Amino acid sequence: MSTLTSSRALAPIGTAGKLFAFGLDVGRGLFRRPFQLREFLQQAWFIASVTIVPTALVAIPFGAVIALQVGGLIKQFGAQSFTGSAAVLAVVREAGPIATSLLIAGAGGSAIAADLGARKIREELDAMMVLGIDPIQRLVVPRVLAAMLVAVFLNGLVSVVGVAGGYVFNVVLQDGTPGAYLASFTALAQLPDLWQGMAKALIFGLIAAIVAAYKGMNAGGGPKGVGDAVNESVVITFMLLFIVNFVMSAIYFQLVPPKTG
Amino acid sequence: MGVEIQVEDLTKSFGKQLIWGDVTLTIPAGEVSVMLGPSGTGKSVFLKALIGLLKPDKGSIVIEGTDIATCSEKELYEIRKLFGVLFQDGAMFGSMTLFDNVAFPLREHTKKSESDIRDIVMEKMELVGLVGAEGKLPGEISGGMRKRAGLARALVLDPEILLIDEPDSGLDPVRTSFINQLFIDLNAQIDATFLIVTHDINTARTVPDNIGLLYHKHLAMFGPREMLLSSEEPVVRQFLNAQTVGPIGMSEEKDADELEAEKDMDMPPLPPIPMQLQPSNGVPRRSQREPGAWCRDNNITPPSGSFEENMTMATGA
Repeated sequence: MSTLTSSRALAPIGTAGKLFAFGLDVGRGLFRRPFQLREFLQQAWFIASVTIVPTALVAIPFGAVIALQVGGLIKQFGAQSFTGSAAVLAVVREAGPIATSLLIAGAGGSAIAADLGARKIREELDAMMVLGIDPIQRLVVPRVLAAMLVAVFLNGLVSVVGVAGGYVFNVVLQDGTPGAYLASFTALAQLPDLWQGMAKALIFGLIAAIVAAYKGMNAGGGPKGVGDAVNESVVITFMLLFIVNFVMSAIYFQLVPPKTG
Repeated sequence: MGVEIQVEDLTKSFGKQLIWGDVTLTIPAGEVSVMLGPSGTGKSVFLKALIGLLKPDKGSIVIEGTDIATCSEKELYEIRKLFGVLFQDGAMFGSMTLFDNVAFPLREHTKKSESDIRDIVMEKMELVGLVGAEGKLPGEISGGMRKRAGLARALVLDPEILLIDEPDSGLDPVRTSFINQLFIDLNAQIDATFLIVTHDINTARTVPDNIGLLYHKHLAMFGPREMLLSSEEPVVRQFLNAQTVGPIGMSEEKDADELEAEKDMDMPPLPPIPMQLQPSNGVPRRSQREPGAWCRDNNITPPSGSFEENMTMATGA
């Protein structure tokens, strides 16, 4: 009885361990030749094609909301000349990686989980293993790398579109001055902000793809199992990404002192 | 020449549920063997254990000196190159055309030129009668065609061992006969070791050199075809002749009451043993034995009417 309870209580730890072990397998597969360039390019193109438009559409209101919030607040402080700076900081540091993670997990990750899950229940993965081909090396590694690459690019896209959206809203709706918005860009923001945004996006892509691939490859129990796998992979990825985002932000603030003056 | 598979003391359970235990048998090199069993006795699990997709709880599976149950992943991928496997539904890659599916192992494992690959693929497609369908996607063809395409893919690397999961499920009787004939012709041609998992009695009676029967979580019997077909053992007899009288019930075994009720019922007499399927070109296979040879060697009188050319294939009474 007690072993049953403890085994039940420890089950989530076991799952986390398996996920981690799967991540290590992927890491090992990364260095195994031949590298699946074709699959990588196809997947990168596929993930980009399902995420670019929604990401751009999400980034515009994101930038606008930040411009509205910050713009209103900053006016009360009488520091309108820093509006652009605040928008850049918020978009590049946080909004970019977060919007990227939502889209990579929601659009890219779910597609990966559904694809691998369908292959799993149709015994395609078994067939592949029997043909002497490791599905992790053949299918998962290219997808993980593709998701990481696309995440970094998406992060750039969100930053550009978000800042542009903020500019439009600030200048058109809040009567901000274009010159002040642009001139204050570098007042608070610095180059490391951009690097950490890209590093976050890279890691988010990695986590989203690994969770999705793990869930997909362990789907079971027919078509319903695939649906469950997709659902779980999106939920788990979201939770992981928000936690990791917090941790990385905290580390970043310790490593890079904020710009003064 | 095919490769021998030595299975010793193999046991597999899922959680607390034992699937089968202490399975010991040697599948002879180059011969056609059939693994039979009522539904749900873990025939497919046995097949998956043989290719290392499922790890058995204990026991060993030795192929060319490598124990599949304990070897490293790397060795496993090496040894799998000896195998061709036909899955129940063919397990074709849904995103590729039939041609690409069949060409897949060649492209991954060999450095052959595209034109060489084309020749080999078309040869195998012709063998299974799928010429003209190579541009189709697996979703666009019937289950029987998928199965034949799966067979073409399993054959493309010239395997030493061919594992076949329920070749007759979802096929009509004519196609089943054709595919059985194909197995025999293939065995004559490439001398690979064949293991067919099925519960089709007709296939089991006429195709193989050896028959095994999985029943009630263990291997009831494994041996030459004539040994099982002339066996008086109740389980073997009931299953191979598709009868209701005997120890096998609707759900697994019968309970004591049912057995008691049919205690006085005689099992119907053994039907005659049919001739084994011959290669279509008439040249005997290397592993083929003369009809009745086993019975003669072991001093067993086969049921009357056995080994007659034009006997009926019908089973049971």
